[in-house]
Amino acid sequence: MQPAARARAGNRIRNSASRKVFNGLSYVIIGLLSLLCLIPFVTLISGSFTSEQVIRFEGYSLFPKEFTLEAYEIVFKNPQKILNAYGISIFVAVTGTFIGLFLNAMTAYVLSRQDFKYRNFFSFFYYFTTLFNGGMVSTYIFYIRYLNLKDSLLALILPGMLNVFYLLIMRSFVKTIPPALIESAKIDGAGELRIFFKIILPLLKSGLATIGLFLALHYWNDWYNAMLYIDSENKYPLQYMLYAMIQQQKALASIASQVGIRVENLPTNALKLAMAVVTTGPIILVYPFVQKYFVKGITIGSVKG
Amino acid sequence: MKQGILYELKKNKALFAMLIPFTLMIIVFNYLPMSGLIIAFKNYRFDLGVFGSHWHGLENFRYLFSSGTGWNITKNTVLYNLLNLVTSQGLAIVAAILISELTNRVFKRLTQSVIFLPYFISWVIVGTFVFNIFNYETGLMNNLLAKLGMEKVNIYAMPGIWPVIICVFNAWKWVGYNSIIYIASISGVDAECYEAADIDGANIFQRIWHITLPAIRPTVITMILLQVGRILRGDFEMFYQIVGNNGQLYDATDVIDTYVFRSLLTNANLGMTAAATFYQSVLCFAIIMLVNFIVKKIEPEYALF
Repeated sequence: MQPAARARAGNRIRNSASRKVFNGLSYVIIGLLSLLCLIPFVTLISGSFTSEQVIRFEGYSLFPKEFTLEAYEIVFKNPQKILNAYGISIFVAVTGTFIGLFLNAMTAYVLSRQDFKYRNFFSFFYYFTTLFNGGMVSTYIFYIRYLNLKDSLLALILPGMLNVFYLLIMRSFVKTIPPALIESAKIDGAGELRIFFKIILPLLKSGLATIGLFLALHYWNDWYNAMLYIDSENKYPLQYMLYAMIQQQKALASIASQVGIRVENLPTNALKLAMAVVTTGPIILVYPFVQKYFVKGITIGSVKG
Repeated sequence: MKQGILYELKKNKALFAMLIPFTLMIIVFNYLPMSGLIIAFKNYRFDLGVFGSHWHGLENFRYLFSSGTGWNITKNTVLYNLLNLVTSQGLAIVAAILISELTNRVFKRLTQSVIFLPYFISWVIVGTFVFNIFNYETGLMNNLLAKLGMEKVNIYAMPGIWPVIICVFNAWKWVGYNSIIYIASISGVDAECYEAADIDGANIFQRIWHITLPAIRPTVITMILLQVGRILRGDFEMFYQIVGNNGQLYDATDVIDTYVFRSLLTNANLGMTAAATFYQSVLCFAIIMLVNFIVKKIEPEYALF
């Protein structure tokens, strides 16, 4: 063997050793990170099946010591409120997602058309709202005073449709459709709307799925707009209802400690956890099936629209 | 041939029509509320409205900064954003590099899914986690301390530790999302590069240093630019759910957005609050424009727009 080749072979052996150490470490570190991401969920679920006494005196654990449905029984004893909040959340998410998705796709399609001279003007007109905005105070005052959105479900639905980031991701999706298809449809005499509905939309399935899921997740997790604009309890979406319940519990607990009532009689930790599970459950259930669309959307979004 | 806007309008009237709904909504929900920014210069009264209230010059700004609040919330917002930028991007980059080097397919997919999970839950739930861990009576941490025979700690009365808590939870929530972006740019690297490096006897660290890191450099720069553009915007949902309305922690954790929200809730001096959002919006815009201008001069391909 030539000396250089021998040195290289030696290198390779040494490298494969360092490689093994590195690999081992990667598995350990990534494994630990995953555990950190998973444990809160496990304690949440386990806590919701644990009796209040155990939580109070022994704290949370990864598996319930004595399995009990106590908390869920309380949650579903008076299901009216929760079912109502579920209904509101579903209604908001479904309407918002469908209308928003339609607007998003239609707008993105026009912006992607290379023969549309004002595409950059409109793109920037939309994009500008991500650079500059009226801020919380003027938006709030404007929405309730001039748009009359106080205590209206529209306040939960409409603003969420105008996400410009999603619009730009969708534009990238539309750009993958060959323009020749549009050209040939035009030659066949199809109008713009017809082209959009008959050619673009059917080819845009994965874009629609991706943005639709982003929108749905956004609506499902939104509590901020509800906190600002919704007053009536029967219009609370799930997340905000959970939030309101937690606040109530904290307030009651602090009053109780001031006047010296025993805390045991108050809404319990387990109840709170059960509510959290009921709220997050749908997301966790569909997560394995929809994850890939989110990955795709994020990847496309990062390649700059 | 005429090239004016009228000609374009006529030629592409269907395309223009398709832009109308989204454009109108952007105008109504994003552009018109910007007019409310003038409240910052007014003595706002609810009965007189945005346009009827009397002018107040720069008084609102003077109050905001002479009381010290303005400086404190600005300082907090900027420092938290810098801290969160470094920690969350740093963690995401490390995670992405390690995940890309994993060889076991099943482990790779499983851990990636789990690490991405926190992105899908609302801040309300994260707030529940934080409270479950740290609250004085039943928190996980204090239960553990008690079991070990140590004194209980009231974290909610210790402002100094909150920057750590906030930045840990921020990194936790975003590590999956951000690492997807980095993994995408790492997987864009030609496999031949790595093979050539192996043949030349590069060890794993040389591989990462000379191939992987240069490959994600553009992504890192884009991510930093995006975050710098938001340096004066606090993540309201995160701060509000993690810290809550906890007066003891305001000095250490109040960012512009939480301050504004609280004042909005209590209706306390709306003019001063509006001054804070005005100053935030305008300065933020100026920073984005400036940063983008500089980047355009130095490395045009990294410019945001």
